[in-house]
Amino acid sequence: MPLAKRVIPCLDIDAGRVVKGVRFVDIRDAGDPVEVARKYDQQGADEITFLDITASSDGRQTMYNLVEDVAGQVFIPLTVGGGVRALQDVHKLLHSGADKVAINTAAVHKPEFVRQASDHFGVQCIVVAIDAKRVGSGWEVFTHGGRQATGIDAIDWGRRMVEYGAGEILLTSMDRDGTRDGFDLDLTRKMSDSVSVPVIASGGVGLLSHLVDGIIKGGADAVLAASIFHFGEHTIAEAKQVMLRSGIEVRL
Amino acid sequence: MSLVAVVNFGTGNLRSVQKAIEHVADKGVRVIVTEKSTDLAQADRVVFPGQGAIGTCINAMQSHGLQEVLNDLLQSRPFLGICLGLQAMYESSEEDGGVRCMGVLKGAVEHINVSGNGGGFKDPVTGIRLKVPHMGWNNVTQTKPHPMWRKIKQGQRFYFVHSYCAHAKDPAQEYGITEYGFPFTAAGGMENYFGVQFHPEKSQNAGLQLMKNFITWDGSA
Repeated sequence: MPLAKRVIPCLDIDAGRVVKGVRFVDIRDAGDPVEVARKYDQQGADEITFLDITASSDGRQTMYNLVEDVAGQVFIPLTVGGGVRALQDVHKLLHSGADKVAINTAAVHKPEFVRQASDHFGVQCIVVAIDAKRVGSGWEVFTHGGRQATGIDAIDWGRRMVEYGAGEILLTSMDRDGTRDGFDLDLTRKMSDSVSVPVIASGGVGLLSHLVDGIIKGGADAVLAASIFHFGEHTIAEAKQVMLRSGIEVRL
Repeated sequence: MSLVAVVNFGTGNLRSVQKAIEHVADKGVRVIVTEKSTDLAQADRVVFPGQGAIGTCINAMQSHGLQEVLNDLLQSRPFLGICLGLQAMYESSEEDGGVRCMGVLKGAVEHINVSGNGGGFKDPVTGIRLKVPHMGWNNVTQTKPHPMWRKIKQGQRFYFVHSYCAHAKDPAQEYGITEYGFPFTAAGGMENYFGVQFHPEKSQNAGLQLMKNFITWDGSA
């Protein structure tokens, strides 16, 4: 009975509401975050990830309040990312009830920030989110929601972030995100084999079999998906049944 | 009115621990998060959670002058340790270059990577490389009955996140084990102290049940 592979629904939050964009346009309202989180918890989600895509600064306080509301009702791990730039942001999120904080653009701008956050709060709560796009025979790190190229090799970056104290890597394929064509399995496998910490596969899930592929072919420790769960196509419980039938250890 | 004190060393997500206890407790129970020895001395029950590095934790305990009051409470009140709150009870930890701990329980804390494995960390059965931290939901085998296991099924999954693990030296002080490449102590205790490596505050219904067991536990094993 080994450690279970995790299924993580992801909620994009804009000004306190759950939204889901397809290829970063056409943002559809998908509900009240607390209600959605409770629903996923009841369906057997192993963790929940919130990505704050709110641009305005007053939206930050909305996010802290939201995390606090969810943490008072849902007793599974909560990860929050989006706009995390300073130790103070990490502190406020953890204090609001987040268990892990995902750092993305700020890590690229200042890798030392990841080390500081990890030294201060512990590796267990620092997730480094990497948005990768295929370029030539490899993958490159992109920031700003996939718009800005950095010239950094994604796999090297993953290894380096682990040295800086990342406790987990949240790996999103920008080529696949929103396409529903499945994870970039080559990217997932390469990253998973290259780092010593758990890897969460993200970007592209359109079928439950894609989750199975992410674990078995991609070697991921956890799989993250948004739209297939948000609009009632599938429940987390259905996803786990499909994984179980493929011989994957899951928490039921 | 009964008072539950959650010991605050300034690290980790203590709010969740507080909220989980409040969620299962009736109105007569007050839960406070505190680093003051005066508050702790008045508590009917004590929860010692902890994340991050053990050296920081032990230092914080000393700098807040809490060692004495905690030692008293460890002998007199129902006392729950979570994660570092379990590890800190053993004799020593190899984290942070080697740290002397409270020594309430016999045994030592080692890095997951080192315990029973030379070099690369692989599952001895499947040969699959295992990731560190040990992160996620794993089964806990109850090695002995205990009031804290009430209404929790054998082999129940709980949420873990840690890179170091305890190895109890005295089987009488071990109440549960988990396997991740090799077995380690998932629950340890003696008399009125009970500690778990996993996070009950993050382990959904089974975790809430454990919290419920704690607030009704009379402190005897």
